[in-house]
Amino acid sequence: MFAFIVRRIIQAIIVMLVISLVGFSIQHTIGDPVRDLVGERVTPAEREVIRDKLGLNDPFYIQYARFVKNACRGNLGLSFFYKKPALEVIVSKAPATLELVIVTAIILIVICIPAGIYAAIYPKSWFSRIVMAISTIGVAIPVFLTAIALIYLFGVELNWLPSYGRGETINLWGWESGFFTWDGLKHLVLPSISLSSIMLPLFIRLVRAEMMEILETEYIKFAWAKGLHRQRVWFVHAFKNTLLPVITVFGAQLGILFAFTLLTETVFQWQGMGFMFLEAVERSDTSLLVAYLVVVGVIFVFVNTVVDIVYGFVNPMVRIAGTK
Amino acid sequence: MKAWNRFKNSYLLYSFKRDPIAILSFSVLSVLVVLGMLAPVVAPYNTYDTATFDIMDAETPPSWMEGGSQTFMLGTDIQGRDLLSTMIYGLRVSILIGVGAVLFQAFVGILIGLLSGYLGGKLDAFLMRITDIQFSIPYLIVAIFTGAIFKLAFGVGRYAELAVPLLIVIIGISHWPIYARTVRASVLGEKNKEYVEAARVIGISRWQIMFRHILPNTLTAVLVISTIQVAEAVMSEAALSFLGLGMPITKPSLGSLIRSGFEYIFSGSWWITFFPGVLLVVFILVILLLGDWLRDVLNPKLYKG
Repeated sequence: MFAFIVRRIIQAIIVMLVISLVGFSIQHTIGDPVRDLVGERVTPAEREVIRDKLGLNDPFYIQYARFVKNACRGNLGLSFFYKKPALEVIVSKAPATLELVIVTAIILIVICIPAGIYAAIYPKSWFSRIVMAISTIGVAIPVFLTAIALIYLFGVELNWLPSYGRGETINLWGWESGFFTWDGLKHLVLPSISLSSIMLPLFIRLVRAEMMEILETEYIKFAWAKGLHRQRVWFVHAFKNTLLPVITVFGAQLGILFAFTLLTETVFQWQGMGFMFLEAVERSDTSLLVAYLVVVGVIFVFVNTVVDIVYGFVNPMVRIAGTK
Repeated sequence: MKAWNRFKNSYLLYSFKRDPIAILSFSVLSVLVVLGMLAPVVAPYNTYDTATFDIMDAETPPSWMEGGSQTFMLGTDIQGRDLLSTMIYGLRVSILIGVGAVLFQAFVGILIGLLSGYLGGKLDAFLMRITDIQFSIPYLIVAIFTGAIFKLAFGVGRYAELAVPLLIVIIGISHWPIYARTVRASVLGEKNKEYVEAARVIGISRWQIMFRHILPNTLTAVLVISTIQVAEAVMSEAALSFLGLGMPITKPSLGSLIRSGFEYIFSGSWWITFFPGVLLVVFILVILLLGDWLRDVLNPKLYKG
């Protein structure tokens, strides 16, 4: 087990080095730190002096080593636009994205599990048929179209809900939260519904498929034969066993959910990490872009490594398969 | 003629004729593809020629609404272009990028999958590690990052000029691992079969065995994922264009048309977003339905990737 953990961690470090190398090459070839510092109105001779001072004329590998050393200390360079450390800018935008993902996850759980169970228990009812039809079509609808439709309906025509920004937020120990004001919650409704719309079809189908499969198993038949109450069979015996695959897939899909926040945040001008990233692209803010790349890389590598190690604990097959 | 007869008696055609959803999706898809490919002939106006439209016509509503004009059936977009023509041209761009990206990713993925599966050993371990790593990052993130990097590297003007080939490369790069894995899995299944052994015994070179003997037997799996991948590629292209990392508004795809319409939705011009949106959804939906049908017919055991 120990060897397995060490192997996974070494692998994670290698992946991070590759990502940082990609990030650094981007900064090295596209970015211009001198421009970021002094602007355009400085003579070439003076620029050369500054370049020398900053060590920008050193060989590539020395600069890369410096970049990695700084990154390990949490210094990912200065954002050209914000005039602040890039990491600080990203951290200040993170709560918005996290809140969006949390509310989306709650919506997914509240809708998918009952709908999926119902569709599995009564596969022939009209409600199940409608749910399945919508989830077939839903796969083909891009998230930004759902978002625009919601904005047009509830924001423009009916004027019930705000359609952009985060509204009023409260600073809670440095966490800008929209959870505790009525205005902030109202602003969360449309973005989180749009974001959940991409995962809804998948999860309803998944819960339904798992549940139907389990309802066919021997032990459920035995439970019926024993004369247990319907609700006990469905919700205690059957449902409990659908949870494991559902949770596994849910964990894997969280990353994809995160990717789609980029689109949702753009539509709703949601001041999160994704919106910041696209603004950085528009402004050619290279160091912020690279910092975002590295931060996202760290998050994905970290989550994957932890998940793999947990799997290793739970399922010895994983550990053995890796060794051979 | 012989091939036609074989096709006529095949299970593929038989099950196609018995599936109304497949027939419907196939007809809609054919109509859309023909429309898109014949855009210069079919479209009422040439929307790439700035001389044919006038900014004064901008945001004309569809012809059946108040203020609409008979010359523009579905109204005009923000630059005064006929929306119907712009959509047909946009559909063409989306199809070109979708198919191009799939060809690109299939080429890269098949090559890597074949080498990895047939040669095995260290090369296999190395290549599969790379696919594993890329698999752990959502393809959309890869596509958006690559797009952003290309946009910065080429500059906004150059990027807009080269948008079609660049988007093909970007989407191809972000999706190839699925081909590599699928092909590798089928190669592993094929390579110990007797015909491969026979080929090896009579002294055919490795490359010939790989490309002439094994590759054709992996193509069913490739065909099945390709249909779904075209839909994925069209969706990725729309998403990238919507984020401003795709086609410029002078040569819009459906995604960039939706993006440009979205800015005007608050003033009530819903049609610029609505019609391209519906067209995009229908296009993706028919490909997905056809892909599902094809998967069920060709390989009931293959898991939807």
